[in-house]
Amino acid sequence: MFKRENLPAEASIFAVFIGIAVLFEVLGWVFVGKSFLGNPQRLEIIILQVCIFGIIAVGVTQVIITSGIDLSGGAVLALSAMVAASLAQSADAFAPIFPQFLGLPIIIPITIGLLVGATCGWINGAITAYTGIPSFIATLGMLVTARAVAVIYTEGQPVFSLSESFTSIGSGAWPVLIFFTVAVIFHLVLKHTVYGKHTYAIGSNEKAARVAGINVRRHKIMVYTIAGSLSGLAGVVMCARATIGQSGMGTMYELDAISAVVIGGTSLFGGRGRISGTVIGVCILGVITSGFTFLRIDFYYQEIVKGMIIVGAVMLDQRRQAQQRLRA
Amino acid sequence: MNNSDDIILRTENLTKRYGGVHALEDANFTLKKGEHVAIVGDNGAGKSTFVRQITGVEQPTSGDIFFQGKRVEFNSPLEAREAGIESVFQDLALCNDLDVPSNLFLGREELLFKFGPFSILDEKKMMEKAKAVLERTAIKIPNLSNHVGDMSGGQRQCVAISRSASFASKLIIMDEPTAALGVQETTQVENIIRGLKEQEVPLILISHNLRQVFNLVDKIWVFRRGRIVGEVIASETDGNEIVSMITGMQGGVHEKASYI
Repeated sequence: MFKRENLPAEASIFAVFIGIAVLFEVLGWVFVGKSFLGNPQRLEIIILQVCIFGIIAVGVTQVIITSGIDLSGGAVLALSAMVAASLAQSADAFAPIFPQFLGLPIIIPITIGLLVGATCGWINGAITAYTGIPSFIATLGMLVTARAVAVIYTEGQPVFSLSESFTSIGSGAWPVLIFFTVAVIFHLVLKHTVYGKHTYAIGSNEKAARVAGINVRRHKIMVYTIAGSLSGLAGVVMCARATIGQSGMGTMYELDAISAVVIGGTSLFGGRGRISGTVIGVCILGVITSGFTFLRIDFYYQEIVKGMIIVGAVMLDQRRQAQQRLRA
Repeated sequence: MNNSDDIILRTENLTKRYGGVHALEDANFTLKKGEHVAIVGDNGAGKSTFVRQITGVEQPTSGDIFFQGKRVEFNSPLEAREAGIESVFQDLALCNDLDVPSNLFLGREELLFKFGPFSILDEKKMMEKAKAVLERTAIKIPNLSNHVGDMSGGQRQCVAISRSASFASKLIIMDEPTAALGVQETTQVENIIRGLKEQEVPLILISHNLRQVFNLVDKIWVFRRGRIVGEVIASETDGNEIVSMITGMQGGVHEKASYI
């Protein structure tokens, strides 16, 4: 027999996910006369859609567990995508950004793209850890700056003619595979390594973590750097998939990522949360977006509902926290 | 002077001033190996100030601290902890979102496989060790993998004390460890303290509860208005004498009543 308290926390989020999917299925038959889930093409689109901001969400989960926030995901994605794309142009590219760097092996644009993300993350972390400026402000600054640098980098021009070997990492099931690999790795890392334990400890009680001998500043920088690298990875995958680098890529992705994390049960107060929850949160957002499009509901109404879901999820979290304080 | 080999902690003219406020004046304190002492005194007598200096939370204005025969200067609680001085503060310093073994081993985890920050934790070993440590203290915590935040005040206090006690520390300092606890939980904490005595781990206990002090310690240090006004063997004194020392008055019945 299953007892409610023995079920993992993800069970209830997963139930919500199933509920929403079934709801769209029913609404689909009633209003559109078609099946929502019985369309493999649609499911494929949902999954591909969520992969990119899902990769960002894996990093954001870790930042939020330390009771910080990372608003820079979408902008860092764009900057990394631009830089990676500019180094991934094929040998016969028309009007290339760097005529001297054409037809490079794909490991170079991928690595540089990740490094750009890591650098942005490192700056976020260093500002947060050493200046006492809240991560909200530090990463908000990065959001504005990275997007601007992405525009300046090619003077606003998109980057075309990416080499086929580079765009292949964004084609087919690759984005999904990359997302799930990243999610599984960091799920295990958070659960079973010293890095994970200290991440939770800092979010739970930073003072206690410091007294216990954890180098809190160094650890925070590491968490933000990992989050930045993952945004960079999302940028590489996205421009490979789109076969173009554009400075407007990933706009508002940071909010989708944060929503997925919060819906997935990670507490904005820090100390609690899991990547497995985030993955389900990512899927919930994907189904909602796709479901609204399927029901031909206007984009702006979708945004209204998404906004309400975020606020609702945080309210639930606050209630959970208040109940815990009462028990203690 | 005592034989210096026997002394684990000694302070010489330890003084702390906050601006013009003399919180601690010329404190000369000694603690022998294996000895359990209490520090008593009224609010503002300088007890907590004294503890903050020897645990590295604050740095003294003047005076010296000798630990294990060597002069020490702790710039942070961490340095004091690394030297072997463990403290249990009133605000516990536990991570509410972690389970018992994680709290016990925070910052000194047992590892299965070493790889920098991504070293793999040996969860089984930590759980077994945590069980053994808590069994010694006779505290009943039904499920060690529950979050500490979901536990009662007494259970949390026991986890905090066990953490200090389980790392073979050279000195444990407890500031009002039972102030927020019920009767049963207080008994449990007192049992842990007795266990430390058997293991000959030296202890400094700050408590307002004189009954507890007489039950648990060998020697009582009395602080008044930032100065040490007395050092008495617990078995050679009584509550009346201690209260007069705390208040600086000879026998005031009302004051006595409030302390005993």
